[in-house]
Amino acid sequence: MSSDFYELGENYVKKLVSEGTRLDGRGFKEFREIKIETGVVEKAEGSARVTIGNTQVLVGVKMSLGDPYPDTPNEGVLIVNTELVPVASPTFEPGPPDENAIEISRVVDRGIRESKCIELEGLGVGEKVWIINVDIHVLDHDGNLIDASALGAIAALLDAKIPKYDENEEKILYGEPDRKLPVKDVPVAITIGKISGKLLVDTSLKEEAALEARLTVTTNSNGEIVAMQKGGKGAFTPEEIKEAVSISIEKGKEIRKLLGG
Amino acid sequence: MESKLLVKDKQIVIPGEDLAVGYDFLPGRGTFRTGESIRSKVLGQVRLKEKLVNVISLSGVYIPKPGDGVIGVVDDVQTTFWVININSPYKGILLLSEAVKEFVEVSKTDIARYFDIGELIYTKVINVTKSKIVTLSMMDPRAKKLRGGRIVTIIPSRVPRLIGKKGSMIEMIKEKTGCQIVVGQNGVVWLKGEREDLATKAILEVEKESYTSGLTERIARLLEEG
Amino acid sequence: MKAGAPEKLIIDGKRLDGRGIEEMREIEARIGVLKRADGSAFFRFGNTRALAAVYGPRQLHPKYLQDPKKALIRCKYNMAPFSSYERIRPGVSRRSIEISKILTEALSQVVFVEEFPRAAIDVFVEIIQADASTRCAALNAAALALADAGIPMKDLVSSCAAGKVDGEIILDVAGLEDNYGEVDMPVAMTPRDENIVLLQIDGILTKEEFEKALDLARKGCKKVYEAQKAALKEKYIEVDEDE
Repeated sequence: MSSDFYELGENYVKKLVSEGTRLDGRGFKEFREIKIETGVVEKAEGSARVTIGNTQVLVGVKMSLGDPYPDTPNEGVLIVNTELVPVASPTFEPGPPDENAIEISRVVDRGIRESKCIELEGLGVGEKVWIINVDIHVLDHDGNLIDASALGAIAALLDAKIPKYDENEEKILYGEPDRKLPVKDVPVAITIGKISGKLLVDTSLKEEAALEARLTVTTNSNGEIVAMQKGGKGAFTPEEIKEAVSISIEKGKEIRKLLGG
Repeated sequence: MESKLLVKDKQIVIPGEDLAVGYDFLPGRGTFRTGESIRSKVLGQVRLKEKLVNVISLSGVYIPKPGDGVIGVVDDVQTTFWVININSPYKGILLLSEAVKEFVEVSKTDIARYFDIGELIYTKVINVTKSKIVTLSMMDPRAKKLRGGRIVTIIPSRVPRLIGKKGSMIEMIKEKTGCQIVVGQNGVVWLKGEREDLATKAILEVEKESYTSGLTERIARLLEEG
Repeated sequence: MKAGAPEKLIIDGKRLDGRGIEEMREIEARIGVLKRADGSAFFRFGNTRALAAVYGPRQLHPKYLQDPKKALIRCKYNMAPFSSYERIRPGVSRRSIEISKILTEALSQVVFVEEFPRAAIDVFVEIIQADASTRCAALNAAALALADAGIPMKDLVSSCAAGKVDGEIILDVAGLEDNYGEVDMPVAMTPRDENIVLLQIDGILTKEEFEKALDLARKGCKKVYEAQKAALKEKYIEVDEDE
């Protein structure tokens, strides 16, 4: 329900966390149930639906041919876009992506790009290269949108197939897959929230009302850090940051298993 | 033409569904008459009261009615009134004269000293105009400020089930959990006590299963098992 | 016929996807699919998938839009970027604005708007995948989401398309028929009283063909209604928990 009464929970959330518990009884390092389904949109080259508790994100990968960057003429181009569509929350409005949507896109983009998980080299077709559009569509907002979006993005990329290209007709044959998109690493983003001075993973929407600060750490399959983003108006101590990194590496490993990585 | 009832008591019906034909039956809550038919306006459960056909909606937001006791949060403080969020598309207005018994010299007082932004109150709806301007009052023996505790929101149309016949359901939950509980007709429930978790669980279970039978026994069991 | 078109779309009374002339694609309808929204629903015609969410009645901003006599219904239709083979650029288009308008008007027919003066009832529809009849699927999902949100309504709205392909009047245009057929005719009606609340045609029809198409669409809407009815009742099937 779209009740404004959510904000009343803020102090209650803080009190619970300071006492060592959470609203839904989870441990501080415990995720809600995660479900990943791929191939859910047949017309997309790759797709995934990820749910973390009641949070639901749908990601589609669409491929088209376009111009490469001048300095990398034979490399494919990755574009990540996030739409916080108004079905997902009473506070989301139709219109161009706002700062929250853009932050999600950029954090997810950095994780994919810096882990070099997609073999972009060799994705050229003549003068053109494959443009890989990763569109994140947030459908139901119950917190932790960054982790759900990042997970959906990598799951959709792992599912993606490059379509056939008809050189004579100069036409992409959508719906006729040629080969798998080469993806060789599995970056996983884990966001750690700070509430009442404690560190928690997978914050729900109600918990996020009480969030002081958050840190997203994206790790690769080797357990190395590939990207980070600190958000929220509060701050972390260096010790908290170190602990957050350890938690991210540990949780990243667990979640990577769900993707068979 | 002979009047005929087309549904059974407690049946689930959908908007536009025929409930009865003929003029021996009367359209009650959640229904409308079109020609000879009485139809449902909402997705809900049929409740028959002799010739009166009602449908209790299974979902929906709270629309204020005079006489309702509601839980609200102070949204704004003005010079002579407060704006109260009552979990509805319509905010409630609480006038100074309906809130404070003593004489207040408005030009010299910040009325936030009585009710401040963010504070929680149990209040009475005293008037609702045609265009849904809602006025509230604290001049009721049960009206009060609610301090501490926690809030659970449920679907407002399911509140009667949470209260139960003559308060049987809510009294049972209070007794078995030892919690203080205040139920607003607007679906906002305030509770405070050692066993808030158990009380919350019971309240949410009543909400979820409100349209089923044998609910009281199931909730009693849930409370026993703790 | 345009380049790339198959020679025939109907062979021996069978369509390219194996359906008969008056046969609809598989329908799927569910309510309560989203948790945050006040009401939600999913509706599918074959590969066309629509997701609808209702927020409201809620306070209407900006205030000058408030009507002291009734609620304002606002339906917004949007296609996900990955819903089609050619990626859809995010944001509004002339097409989505027009569809949003006609969907809003169709839904306004059935809601008891006078019960919620000054309020807004927002209906958002996301097309997850498009394979013709997206506005029909959108409307079917939207009507279900309104009912799921507990909004008082005179009736549901049920919608499907008829069309003309290879000279034949058919039900539920889909796939290549959408690209190469002659006529697409989306229709929506209130299933109980059969008030037509949406009707569009692009293509040429004789009066006789139009009447036949309308009749076929009426039958299709009945089928859609049955699926909608089942979806609404399914959520509240009484579970027998006595042990």
